[in-house]
Amino acid sequence: MLQKIYDWVDERLDITPLWRDVADHEVPEHVNPAHHFSAFVYCFGGLTFFITVIQILSGMFLTMYYVPDIVNAWESVYYLQNEVAFGVIVRGMHHWGASLVIVMMFLHTLRVFFQGAYKKPRELNWVVGVLIFFVMLGLGFTGYLLPWDMKALFATKVGIEIAMTIPVVGPIAKTFLAGGEIIGAQTLTRFFAIHVFFLPAALLGLMGAHFLMIRKQGISGPL
Amino acid sequence: MHRGKGMKFVGDSRVPAERNPNIPKDYSEFPGKTEAFWPNFLLKEWMVGAVFLIGYLILTIVHESPLEKKADPTDAGYIPLPDWYFLFLYQLLKYKYAAGDYVLIGTVIIPGLAFGALMLAPFLDKGLERRPSKRPIATGLMLLGLISVTYLTWESVVTHDWEKAKTQGKIVDVSFDENDPGYKIYQKQSCVGCHGNTLTGGASGPSLIGTGLKPEEIMKIAKEGKPPGMPPNAFKGSDDELKQLAEFISKLEQK
Repeated sequence: MLQKIYDWVDERLDITPLWRDVADHEVPEHVNPAHHFSAFVYCFGGLTFFITVIQILSGMFLTMYYVPDIVNAWESVYYLQNEVAFGVIVRGMHHWGASLVIVMMFLHTLRVFFQGAYKKPRELNWVVGVLIFFVMLGLGFTGYLLPWDMKALFATKVGIEIAMTIPVVGPIAKTFLAGGEIIGAQTLTRFFAIHVFFLPAALLGLMGAHFLMIRKQGISGPL
Repeated sequence: MHRGKGMKFVGDSRVPAERNPNIPKDYSEFPGKTEAFWPNFLLKEWMVGAVFLIGYLILTIVHESPLEKKADPTDAGYIPLPDWYFLFLYQLLKYKYAAGDYVLIGTVIIPGLAFGALMLAPFLDKGLERRPSKRPIATGLMLLGLISVTYLTWESVVTHDWEKAKTQGKIVDVSFDENDPGYKIYQKQSCVGCHGNTLTGGASGPSLIGTGLKPEEIMKIAKEGKPPGMPPNAFKGSDDELKQLAEFISKLEQK
């Protein structure tokens, strides 16, 4: 039955080459922990992607309850944490995932760096990877404000004050992020929009480019 | 695959009518013990992912994600702390030559050089050698960066007042009857300015929850003040109102 459905679609759309391009590729011996245990260092990139998927899924569920305004934001998070079934798990996964993704990405970066895997012809993929790192830090910074509790507000105040010291760009960045003079209602909605729409869009685009390049070039050879 | 003249298509589409059998590529000619990603290797990755997920969930359940009390911009005494992965940048600004007049060194020059070099690493380290030991400058600079980040994060953690951090943002769970005549008097008087709408205190007044004071003692403080913050004669109203207010406050207890 499934095969028949597949054939029916495949006859019309010729999907076999599409998914074969994505999924059908060789895994060389030197990256396979089944053959060389030390190859576990190649797991970190995949785990970064895995946590990113969890972050997107848990974030989607969090927005079902979260209200991005200064009157209700904290109350909605408190409700989510204490009243909603499994709310504490979903918020916990998003909270810890934010830290774990930084750790995994850091280890992945170190692996690529110390193996010299960023060298020709993979320069562009390294640059895109560093951009992903910055986007992740941006997601961490904007997400920290959203619960609208004490540490969120004051850490963001300090962060924006630090950004203000940068000449020319600083004040522009402040206006863009805070939406005015004070860290308040406008700031929260802006951080919400940046955290939920702008940065994830950038992240998905960059990750698409990252994966496209690795599929095109293949993984770097053994040292 | 059939190319050029005589190609057949499905209907008027651009999909070729000739079917390719759906068989995986042959990897036997690749060097070493190559394995197919789909489905062999993916299954192993899936298992590693499952084990990782279990650890992740245990972490989530053991350590509940923190939530402090609702943001109160008037609390000037709060010591802020960013998330842990920003601590090294935050700590950098506490050093003399990266703060004050030299703040640009701490906010722009050092992070700019470090992250700029990271981003441009492939163009700075152009040699063909890949082994870390064969490119000592790149390896050395990265190790220096790692040590600096670790040291700064460590310094930031040990100099932070964790005891105070634990209490300063704590959610104070109080429930009181907002229709209590005592609370209405509290709101009308100047009390609310310093002790806050929820009686939990603020920048210039302490919390009034769970003071353990008797109504008479509260009446005395309201009239005579309590140095240094509480001025005398703060309460302006009748003795009846003062008594109601004092009884209301003395009943407040932390849950």
